[in-house]
Amino acid sequence: MVEDNTTAHRNTDKVRNFHQAKWDEPIIFELHTKGERGIEVPDAEKEIEDQIGDGVSALPANLRRIKAPALPEISQMRVLKHFLRLSQHCLGADLNVDIGQGTCTMKYSPKINEVFVRMPEVADLHPWQDKETVQGALEIIYKVDTFLREISGLAQFTFQPGGGSAAILAMASIIYAYHESRGEARERDEIITTIFSHPSDAAAAAVKGFKMITLYPDEDGLPDVEALKKALSERTAGLLITNPEDTGIFNPKIDLFTKLVHEVGGLCGYDQANANGILGITRAREADFDMCFFNLHKTFSSPHGCGGPAVGALGVKGKLKNYLPVPIVESNGKNYSVNFELPNTIGKVRAYFGVFPAVLRAYAWIMSLGSDGLKEAARVAVLNNNYVLKKIKGLRGASAPYAEGHHRIEQVRYSWKRLMEETGVTTEDVICRMADFSFHLWTSHHPFVVPEPFTVEPTESYSKDELDEYISGLERVVEEAYENPDKVKKAPYNSVVHKIDTSTLDDPKKWAITWRAYLKKHKT
Amino acid sequence: MSEKEKGIHPYIPNSAPEIKAKMMKEIGIKDIEELYDDIPGHLRFHEKLNLPDALSSEYALKRHVEKILFKNISCKDYLNFLGGGCWQHYVPAICDEINQRSEFLTAYAGEPYEDHGRFQALFEYESVMAELLDMDVVNVPTYDWCQAVSTSIRMAGRITGRKEALVSDTVSPERLMAIRNYCHPVMAVELVKHDPRNGVMDLDDLRSKMSSKTAGIYFENPSFLGFIEHQGELISEISHSHGALCLVGVDPISLGVIRPPSQYGADIVCGDIQGLGVHMYFGGGLGGFIATRDEEKYVMEYPSRLFGITKTAVDGEYGFGDVAYERTSFAEREEGKEFVGTHAALWGITAAVYLSLLGPYGIQKLDRVILQKSQYAMKNLSEIKGVRAPYFDSPHFKEFVVDFNGTGKTVEEINEALLSKNIFGGISLKAEFPELGESALYCVTEIHTKEDLDHLVRSIHESVNTEDISSVVKKG
Repeated sequence: MVEDNTTAHRNTDKVRNFHQAKWDEPIIFELHTKGERGIEVPDAEKEIEDQIGDGVSALPANLRRIKAPALPEISQMRVLKHFLRLSQHCLGADLNVDIGQGTCTMKYSPKINEVFVRMPEVADLHPWQDKETVQGALEIIYKVDTFLREISGLAQFTFQPGGGSAAILAMASIIYAYHESRGEARERDEIITTIFSHPSDAAAAAVKGFKMITLYPDEDGLPDVEALKKALSERTAGLLITNPEDTGIFNPKIDLFTKLVHEVGGLCGYDQANANGILGITRAREADFDMCFFNLHKTFSSPHGCGGPAVGALGVKGKLKNYLPVPIVESNGKNYSVNFELPNTIGKVRAYFGVFPAVLRAYAWIMSLGSDGLKEAARVAVLNNNYVLKKIKGLRGASAPYAEGHHRIEQVRYSWKRLMEETGVTTEDVICRMADFSFHLWTSHHPFVVPEPFTVEPTESYSKDELDEYISGLERVVEEAYENPDKVKKAPYNSVVHKIDTSTLDDPKKWAITWRAYLKKHKT
Repeated sequence: MSEKEKGIHPYIPNSAPEIKAKMMKEIGIKDIEELYDDIPGHLRFHEKLNLPDALSSEYALKRHVEKILFKNISCKDYLNFLGGGCWQHYVPAICDEINQRSEFLTAYAGEPYEDHGRFQALFEYESVMAELLDMDVVNVPTYDWCQAVSTSIRMAGRITGRKEALVSDTVSPERLMAIRNYCHPVMAVELVKHDPRNGVMDLDDLRSKMSSKTAGIYFENPSFLGFIEHQGELISEISHSHGALCLVGVDPISLGVIRPPSQYGADIVCGDIQGLGVHMYFGGGLGGFIATRDEEKYVMEYPSRLFGITKTAVDGEYGFGDVAYERTSFAEREEGKEFVGTHAALWGITAAVYLSLLGPYGIQKLDRVILQKSQYAMKNLSEIKGVRAPYFDSPHFKEFVVDFNGTGKTVEEINEALLSKNIFGGISLKAEFPELGESALYCVTEIHTKEDLDHLVRSIHESVNTEDISSVVKKG
């Protein structure tokens, strides 16, 4: 037993005296200096030149570009410096206590996994190499498939969807193809979801032509069973739902939902974006879902990359395996092979096998934790969440609507309604002020069913000290809101930039999505 | 390790028992199990997950994972001529330096305050792509070209209010499968034939299929099969004269010397950015782009994030934000345009670095070198008895179909022989383009040296002929 001879290294009641890097960095085009060069391209050898000439002459004039693209000319170190400075204008999860990005499971992405991803045996693989030369990659894909089968209780996974929304699209496509194969696609044109499920559960399904029916919560914050019963009919194609929903409340009647949908002939798809608190605790299979998906970039530790690349790992019951996008990876116990021949396949939702690096990171993460570690990650994520819940409920002006007296799973959707009524300070204002203390905070997806919402998901990756520090940040902002609301409303002060003028962004005459558009609209 | 030491994990700070006890006390529970009270027993998973034992030391994990990965043979080990939408180009060191920065790698959805750099880097990505494409609007990257073209077609459907898309039958089979799934059952997809001699679109077939229902016509240039479509202007005229849009898929790396589609009438341009500074990653390096003119009717139909530049409360300071956010599914759920979520932003930032490094001189030279090397490869391959390259009588960019029909060998036999010489031969086209017979799609880029190309030619010669090679390639 090691003696605890350390003392608290900092007073966690206080927030940091933080200031974000501020380089006042120009736009890349403003660094343009005629004649500078960032990198030299390899030449064609003299023998090639002698035989072929300049190569370009083989193109007819009408296929050739006349004016060179107006890219900036910048020497190498200046390009490096520019993007390094921009990186310092960005707070990744490696730097801040990123628990304020609820629903997104901001957890530690182990650095050793980045070492794996950057090996030439990963980075320099072409997807259509001879299968004998990519056995290692196929083995990883196959094994993560088997791990997720165990974690979900379903029969077969694909990693092709490039994110959660793409996995939802794939689920909706399978629902359509399933009913189509039974001659019922035209009649079954409705999909049911809930308002606390991700917007893409509604939006991606609508891409497939489905009419969406959205259930709202009952008094307890759970999707209303009576509303579900009313919505069900012979037109029901399926259900797409999260559990726990974005409120962090687990729906104990979820198997009743799937049962009722199955009774009218629909299929049930489980959006497991919120799975981080329930790994090894409860599964898609026990709730009788036909399909589910996990975000490997959330629950399974792949970094978020400013918004991708990512994987929505989609799993199905045995009866739906033949509908999956192709190819899937199979094994005879010794070698790994690729199967393109699924009779009812929806085709493809993305090229090749999906984002292999994310699958590899998931493999390494699961292998580093094992069964007990995976469950421990879930349990600690839930512990952290309920700890933060207790603290936030104690903040003046804050509340956690619904399910009073209940514990929550991995996150909570809170409200600053009282703060706003009493001080005029909105969630948006709190967000801007939190940036001054190195913290990110997020509202909620739209529509704001919970007024002045904010969503916090602490995950297993943050220490108690860090959670306390985050709470101290919120406490400070609340104090200021009651003492000097104007101070909060004019924030941020210590962030990279000051209050942004968003008025031009919705005006077609003024918006500028590229530098060339900006110059045309604002500099002439 | 003792039982007590076992439960503590380096990735899980509060797995330390003392801390855990303190936090449970604070919440008022005796066991973490109590936090799961709302999950009924019959929904609980009562067994232990059947997963391999944990490799708890980082060293053990490293040894284990490396052992599996070393079973792979990479395109650094072997000479690679596979392309077809995932390409081996040189990746400048700075591209990897930037995309492995913790700040970018682990950021996600911060506000334009603390994540100002993410917004600016992606705005700059949109902006350098806009120069390459000669269009004023480019989206924050979507998943890949499959998604980019699928969305382009659906955008065309909404803009024109029509429900049919015509698609060239030479597009990537991979993308065609994605298009078909993404459009079905909302839009119908019909193929347009190509001229079997030079690969370009059969305009008579196109005209016969155009109607008042046609939302848009989509073709790729350079095509999946490598040849360049020279009728771009005519195709866009035909689509416009029927009130349809002209949609063109393009490999953006070709645009240093090849005319961008916007200059021959394209309304929506899409493609993949993987070649712009991103490794292949077994297909994981893809990122899709969509570009249009800066017209409200186009901008309002994008499902993607569009980062725009604006002012702040301080004079001279640049701020960024979402342009027309209300059109997205984040704002409007199923009433928004298609859907938006996590796509491929990190590769967008990487492509911005790549294009900033290359500049106008670099991209033009790169294209020239690719043209020279691919032409050299085609010329020398054609010297081999029974081999013809390119298959199609048109100018090509970096990819071309090699026709092995005259050799009496199958593509599989040739590729197997090449593999034994540490070469990944081209993609077999037999399944998707049976009319081409024993043909394969080869990709030659700036990474291939003369020696590499001569080695390929010699090896193919040896695999199809037994006669002396010296007449074909002089040893360099």
